[in-house]
Amino acid sequence: MSPDLLKLIFGRLTFESLPLHEPIVVGTFAVVATGGLIMFAGLTYFRLWGYLWSEWFTSVDHKRIGIMYMILGIVMLLRGFADALMMRLQQALAFGGSEGYLNSHHYDQVFTAHGVIMIFFVAMPLVTGLMNFVVPLQIGARDVSFPFLNNFSFWMTVGGAVLVMASLFIGEFARTGWLAYPPLSNIGYSPDVGVDYYIWGLQVAGIGTTLSGINLICTIVKLRCPGMTMMRMPVFTWTALCTNVLIVASFPVLTVVLALLSLDRYVGTNFFTNDFGGSPMMYVNLIWIWGHPEVYILVLPAFGIFSEVTSTFSGKRLFGYTSMVYATVVITILSYLVWLHHFFTMGSGASVNSFFGITTMIISIPTGAKMFNWLFTMYRGRIRFELPMMWTIAFMLTFVLGGMTGVLLAVPPADFVLHNSLFLIAHFHNVIIGGVVFGAFAGIGYWFPKAFGFKLDPFWGKLSFWFWVTGFYLAFMPLYVLGLMGVTRRLRVFDDPSLQIWFIIAGIGAFLVFLGILSMLMQFAVSFLRREQLKDVTGDPWDARTLEWATSSPPPAYNFAFTPVVHDNDAWWDMKRRGYQRPLTGFKPIHMPSSTGTGIILAGLATAMGFGLIWYIWWLAAASFAAMLVVGIGHTFNYHRDFDIPADDVIRAEDARTKLLAGAK
Amino acid sequence: MNTDTHAAHADDHHQGDSHAHGSFSTYMLGFVLSVVLTATPFWLVMSGALPSKQITALVIMAFAVVQIVVHMIYFLHMSPKSENGWSMMALIFTIVMVAIALSGSLWVMNHLNSNMMPIHQMTGMK
Repeated sequence: MSPDLLKLIFGRLTFESLPLHEPIVVGTFAVVATGGLIMFAGLTYFRLWGYLWSEWFTSVDHKRIGIMYMILGIVMLLRGFADALMMRLQQALAFGGSEGYLNSHHYDQVFTAHGVIMIFFVAMPLVTGLMNFVVPLQIGARDVSFPFLNNFSFWMTVGGAVLVMASLFIGEFARTGWLAYPPLSNIGYSPDVGVDYYIWGLQVAGIGTTLSGINLICTIVKLRCPGMTMMRMPVFTWTALCTNVLIVASFPVLTVVLALLSLDRYVGTNFFTNDFGGSPMMYVNLIWIWGHPEVYILVLPAFGIFSEVTSTFSGKRLFGYTSMVYATVVITILSYLVWLHHFFTMGSGASVNSFFGITTMIISIPTGAKMFNWLFTMYRGRIRFELPMMWTIAFMLTFVLGGMTGVLLAVPPADFVLHNSLFLIAHFHNVIIGGVVFGAFAGIGYWFPKAFGFKLDPFWGKLSFWFWVTGFYLAFMPLYVLGLMGVTRRLRVFDDPSLQIWFIIAGIGAFLVFLGILSMLMQFAVSFLRREQLKDVTGDPWDARTLEWATSSPPPAYNFAFTPVVHDNDAWWDMKRRGYQRPLTGFKPIHMPSSTGTGIILAGLATAMGFGLIWYIWWLAAASFAAMLVVGIGHTFNYHRDFDIPADDVIRAEDARTKLLAGAK
Repeated sequence: MNTDTHAAHADDHHQGDSHAHGSFSTYMLGFVLSVVLTATPFWLVMSGALPSKQITALVIMAFAVVQIVVHMIYFLHMSPKSENGWSMMALIFTIVMVAIALSGSLWVMNHLNSNMMPIHQMTGMK
């Protein structure tokens, strides 16, 4: 075939694009492909495809979508953590003239992919998944406001993850660092597909994130059950509301910045170039207007989880509910006023730097207030040291440490010494792992029985906990030391042999975290096998306080047979105290949204369009875009959007629960 | 006891449907206002009625802001009371966010511009 025709069909995708010369990547591909084949064969053998398609992939049930988000987050955690282990190993080896085992081309992709995956495809899905699962239950709703949109948002997030994963085996990923600063990310310095994978992966996932933000805001504002005023909402719902407000306000900035970068790369505009009036600094400025709120997007729901866990396992009402809510709202606003602290050293004057330094320090005040609220909740409480509570205490110790180094970095003169050093790396891992990851694990342990009807196995959970916590400290405390000695981030080889011992300690820490992750997977497997012993028949295994525990575990598709009515902050606690009786008769048909495959099809087309744009396969991009329009418009003619669960089915489900409850007594 | 704890609210998703949609006259008023607010800037530019281009530009921007308000009131039916005040709160929040992002970016970029320009270009700067 003529080269022109090949180019028309395949764009710039050729056999040379496959990384066959990289033995590490080929080995990874072999493992992933074998695992994928085994899974594919297994699903086919057990005839599970139909079940997965009709009950999960096309489901608009917020609980199932929430669980699928969590699975996505955990799968991507394995990928992101593999990158982390590779970096730790490289840095521990590359001393005394050794080049380590990763060439710079590969190493630069590894640290970029690690950052992008951990933030966008691990932390975000875990947080969004928990909000999706818990929020409608906590406010006594049947589902989110826009159930189809919810399914679509999830699959768009998956689409972005698929694009980023594809870059491992087809072509390459960006070598720019996780925020892809120009001019390095511009076409002149990154002419290959890496940055395009980055752009389109994030754009596809970003649409999903923004839409899910709108969906959850609308749900919280409009679908609260009678009696649940704003100041009676559970704290987790409050933090979810603030997080989604942040998402809706900040993700469009990311979308626009990446769109401008794409214009620079695809059609030769000069927004962020060095010459022709472009300004790379504008990119840095804009991306941090998104980037700083983003870290609060991640950590606010974690704060909400810790609030729920602390009051449940201390057997007490949360101390200072009102101050907790106001602290959350204040953090929401302040998070927009601090973005410049990410680039103090890039040329702002004293007035700008001191303004943003002071706003950054002010944020620690509401955060500190929250810390005291949790402490006072525990004070004189009857604390049960179940796993979620253990994660919460580990969070409190770890996060305070990370917060203090954050305030240290907020001092501009100190930042001039520590900017882009391993001290910074240690700081943000300290707050993200100590805050977001521990929070997600606390949330998983806390709500797992609600989602699946049995508790998680405590032995493997505790093993995982201790591996994670000790591993974290061993991995990151040496980085504080190295950062203070002036070691900068993203280095591949080192000259000074005295530094090596610190990197070896950090590597051992990372290995312990690896054991922690394995223990956690083991915990899921063991819990599944022991599900009869760990069974939760009451729907309220922790003697908890909020509405999600009023229904069965797992909840029926309709969540609540009758919409609850709320009289107090801790609605379920209040109902239990007043001797609430479950209604046993008078069930009616329940109006619910129908499943639809449109979300997964649209997201698949969006992913194909992204792939076409990345490889300059213009026909694919155009065809996918046209198909998206057709499917999208076609969906508006689908009038089978809802159905009624017959009263008989509701009676059957509720009678089964009555029997279970009677058996439990 | 406490029967109110599980009062049936099968139809509660309809409770928010009572927005005030506009009447013919309010739509007409909005339409006329937006035509006037669009046509006047065109006329200002084409006739050159104002003494300087800078003043013309500022006046056009003022017209644009009024245009936004007209659209919000007559076409989006926003009032301090709509959606129990949530619309107003969302609007104020949006304005605060946009103001922070714009004024902050201008301030920051101005600093970076004056501090980070290469020396050989400094001579040409105002």
